[in-house]
Amino acid sequence: MSAVETQEARSEGENVIEVRDLVTHYGDRMILKGVDVDVRRGEIMVVMGGSGSGKSTFLRHVIGLERATSGSIRVLGREISEMNDVETTEFSRKLGVAFQGGALFSSMTVGENVMLPLREHTELDRLTMEIMMRMKLEVVSLAGFEDLMPAELSGGMIKRAAFARAIVTDPQVLFCDEPSAGLDPVVAAALDELILRLRDAMQMTIVVVTHELDSAFRIADRITVLDQGHILITGTVDEVKNCDDERVQDLLNRRFEEEELNADAYLRRLTGGGPL
Amino acid sequence: MAAPDPGSNRIAGALEDIGRGLGQMLDAIGSGAVLFGQAAYWVVMGRRRKQPVRLESVVREMVESGIGAIPIVSVLCFTIGLMLALQGIDALKQFGAQQQVTFGVALSVTREFAPLITGIVVAGRSGSALAARIGTMTISNEVDALRVMGISPVRFLVTPSLVAMLIMVPCLALLGDVVALLGAGLYISADLGITMSAYYDQVMRAVTVSDLMQGLGKAALFGGLTALVGVVNGARVQGGAEGVGRVTTSAVVQSIAVIILTDMVFTFVSTR
Repeated sequence: MSAVETQEARSEGENVIEVRDLVTHYGDRMILKGVDVDVRRGEIMVVMGGSGSGKSTFLRHVIGLERATSGSIRVLGREISEMNDVETTEFSRKLGVAFQGGALFSSMTVGENVMLPLREHTELDRLTMEIMMRMKLEVVSLAGFEDLMPAELSGGMIKRAAFARAIVTDPQVLFCDEPSAGLDPVVAAALDELILRLRDAMQMTIVVVTHELDSAFRIADRITVLDQGHILITGTVDEVKNCDDERVQDLLNRRFEEEELNADAYLRRLTGGGPL
Repeated sequence: MAAPDPGSNRIAGALEDIGRGLGQMLDAIGSGAVLFGQAAYWVVMGRRRKQPVRLESVVREMVESGIGAIPIVSVLCFTIGLMLALQGIDALKQFGAQQQVTFGVALSVTREFAPLITGIVVAGRSGSALAARIGTMTISNEVDALRVMGISPVRFLVTPSLVAMLIMVPCLALLGDVVALLGAGLYISADLGITMSAYYDQVMRAVTVSDLMQGLGKAALFGGLTALVGVVNGARVQGGAEGVGRVTTSAVVQSIAVIILTDMVFTFVSTR
């Protein structure tokens, strides 16, 4: 199948994730204010937005770590909000998550970290698990590092090891939280390549949360732009680049939105709201 | 409109603080109870659900919280036994009843001091370590990582520690009994001029199985409570390294307080 045909197949594919009217709060603060997102089978969906836009909150709700105030989240046909803790635990095995900081277990070696899902969820013998672990480390270019402890790895290596752990059970959907954040451009580009390879070689559906524009444009089949808990646009890279929305353009052109304050309000802020 | 009375404001504020503290305490007790129920569920049902509590994890925790505490428990219990003998002989000498010291020492060591000292040592060593570990894993997303991998953090992290403490704290208390009685015996035999074999006979006559079991039962309870207090505190961590330090301190303080209060209630009930 050619690249164009593959792209078309993805654009017509079934929805693996369907989020409808998602509203979430942290305490009294509303974070997501009615978010609708569809992710199709086999595509890379990038959820993009500035700091505080709600993209990490969105991710935590879709992977079942938080309960929404209202709305619906269906992943692989299952309504997340209707699952109890035991069902959520069982269901989570179909998903892979690579956390921003890696979240590798500091008391285990890289190899033990990668093998952990296999050890806990399968009855494979030790040798088979070790072979699978080494295969996944090979995929993320970390072959030979299985005996090191996480503290001995660089930032980019930790992220790649986290990828290896996330894909070791060949999940249907992979979530990546800020995969390129804090990495130098070369390592970031290598991780982008890895994400593309996972989609193409393993037909994974991948959701990437990031604020890195270059990375998003390089890997995305479609992009959703979040801003202050609302979705500004969902579309292909070209559709997002050509979007007329001023806030989208501010984000794309890295324009800092300055709050307009009059002199009195500015002085009040400096004095902590006390009398002038 | 009259200005609010500052005195009544202070009272209202104090009452609010007490209410909030009470609410937090009840919340923590509830969390501990739920945690214990979940841990018991995984012990019983884990294998059937193909997610057993790993024996190797339990053994690792047993070595960490039990074997590692042997030197300090031995030193402290030996010293306590020696002190009890010293004080006992000194007090009983006034009535010419120093020959009865073994009876008092043997009962107070097996029923009270060995389990209490062991409980406090384990709270300081393992309870704090558990709170720090869970706290650090929470802030570095390791607990979240377990959840999204479909691994129950209660089964994987909490249950092995809880089971290990329930087994090892009574074992340590039993060791404490032996070492404290040895310490007391060495002093008593030297001071009163009785042989160690005669001292041993006196201890055997003074202590019943029920006395021993009372102490070991308390030790198991202290171990379980220390593990639960450590985990509940660790899971409530907020912020970074400072937050971990805070929950670790509060785990130790709360564990020791809970151990002493439970000891009092247990002793009251068992001596009625």
